[in-house]
Amino acid sequence: MATLTTPAAAPTRRGRGRLRRSWVGWGFVGPFMLVFTVVFLAPIAYSIYLSLFRNRLIGGNAFVGVDNYTQALTDPQFWSAFGRVSLFLAVQVPVMLALAMLVALAVDSARLYGSSFFRIAIFLPYAVPAVVATLMWGFMYGARFGLVGNINDALGISLPDPLSSHLILASIGNIVTWEFLGYNMLIFYAALRVIPLELYEAAAMDGAGQIRIVTAIKVPALRGALVIATIFSIIGSFQLFNEPNILQSLAPNAISTYFTPNMYAYNLSFAGQQYNYSATVAIIMGILTMVIAYLVQLRGTRQETPR
Amino acid sequence: MTTLRNDPDRAVVDERRRSAPRLRSRRPQKPAKPRRSTLLTVLTGIILAYSVIPLAWLLINSTKSQQDLFSSFGLWFKGFGLWDNITQTLSYNDHIFVRWLLNTLLYVVLGAGGATFLAVLGGYALAKFTFPGKRAVFAVILGAVAVPGTALAVPTFLMFSQVGMTNTPWAVIIPSLISPFGLYLMWTFATEAVPEELLEAARIDGAGELRTFFQVSLPLLAPGMVTVLLFTMVATWNNYFLPLIMLKDPQWYPLTLGLNAWNAQASTAGGQAIYNLVITGSVLTILPLIAAFLLLQRFWQSGLTAGSVKA
Repeated sequence: MATLTTPAAAPTRRGRGRLRRSWVGWGFVGPFMLVFTVVFLAPIAYSIYLSLFRNRLIGGNAFVGVDNYTQALTDPQFWSAFGRVSLFLAVQVPVMLALAMLVALAVDSARLYGSSFFRIAIFLPYAVPAVVATLMWGFMYGARFGLVGNINDALGISLPDPLSSHLILASIGNIVTWEFLGYNMLIFYAALRVIPLELYEAAAMDGAGQIRIVTAIKVPALRGALVIATIFSIIGSFQLFNEPNILQSLAPNAISTYFTPNMYAYNLSFAGQQYNYSATVAIIMGILTMVIAYLVQLRGTRQETPR
Repeated sequence: MTTLRNDPDRAVVDERRRSAPRLRSRRPQKPAKPRRSTLLTVLTGIILAYSVIPLAWLLINSTKSQQDLFSSFGLWFKGFGLWDNITQTLSYNDHIFVRWLLNTLLYVVLGAGGATFLAVLGGYALAKFTFPGKRAVFAVILGAVAVPGTALAVPTFLMFSQVGMTNTPWAVIIPSLISPFGLYLMWTFATEAVPEELLEAARIDGAGELRTFFQVSLPLLAPGMVTVLLFTMVATWNNYFLPLIMLKDPQWYPLTLGLNAWNAQASTAGGQAIYNLVITGSVLTILPLIAAFLLLQRFWQSGLTAGSVKA
């Protein structure tokens, strides 16, 4: 996330005689930092602490070093959950980002009738809570009064059940794509809007066609936005919780308590009271997320530097 | 990284330009304006349909009674029971839906409002002051932002339960007060929107820092503030995980938890299925946000431009 770093870190050194070094700034940033300490830093510290202990029937709370970590790293349920979100990440994220990019290019191309309507209507699902999105799709998936049931009745066929255990992950992928397609489209669109006009003028002067403008100017300009959208999507995929958790009541047999790492951590603490182990699972997922997000960013920026 | 500093600049210019014939302003200057394409419109229309049809399904089905839900085609009407459904939704189970709506409003006003306030103050400080430990503040915030929120959920719950704050509104409001994205947005926005000269002039005139902030800077920060407010509002209004962990008593549920509870009711033994109320309740839940997004378009669109354009 270091990409989001430094607008103001640099100006401090520009020394325009402004910005006297004093404690006054703390008066403004202090309240944020105070709450930040309570709801961010303290829980992080606490969960590291928790992960090093274990509650035993005999002897109570005991320091166990990295035992919880070795247990998690050899836990088949944890790896099954991790494998599922990795698969989700590998399929859903590219599909969603590719669609979002195509729509952004289409909307930016000025070749659509009513392009601002497209932009806003496709973004709207972002304003729909995950709960509502999941219930709505869950109902539509249903064979009883959902669209799938309607289609089956109308055509006299029997579509595969989207809520069955081998399709449920794809069905969740569809819900997440629906929710965030427009949001990502807007990130790409915003990046396209800041391309300097001179570039287009120069391209037109050189006789470049629409396709050439897209491949030579627009797609390269999207790289930065793509890195950010990918990182957000990785974090989102690894944290997958709301959709499977809510769908569970509609598809109880298809979604296990360890369907995603996050559901596993949640069920460990709130159904199983295994707080220490749950904190460990959460920390491992946090570290894996950060490492992968960092690698994506590294790759994204490394390819950018030679230009 | 220098490009990054330019972005808010552009956004601000963009914003000004936009006040007259917004958004279209750039196109006419573009050489050889391409002709509109029916094919491309139709292809993009498929995605549009994908985005909008589920919402249409929801709206259409909010007009049906529980029996008609099961006996009619999903994308067409059968009878018109919308008002009936709304009345039932609002009055079911001793008006619990109204209670959930008020809870949600409470969480949004205090949570999102507070988050915006803290982000504006903090972003302003990061943009306009140097102070001891500023670098440490940057490092800590950026590092912590990369930590997935849910890694914090369990320890936050345990901490709150030790001080007896779980199952109270505070357990939902306090964690909502921090919006790292909001802080980032305000910091980039304040860097460009508040000129140093103005601050210097105010100080020379003898205005204290607080007075300078409220009377000189705050009005200039307003557009960025609306964007942050909108996004923190969505985050709090739609929040599910945090209240799910923190709240046991349905009296304190926000709408999202309430709707989920109504839906789950059908699958519990002896529970009454009230799908029509779940659907109507869903419509009532999303309408305010969709209205806010449509009305405040110009803010969030420029806000996104400022916030997340380039790496």
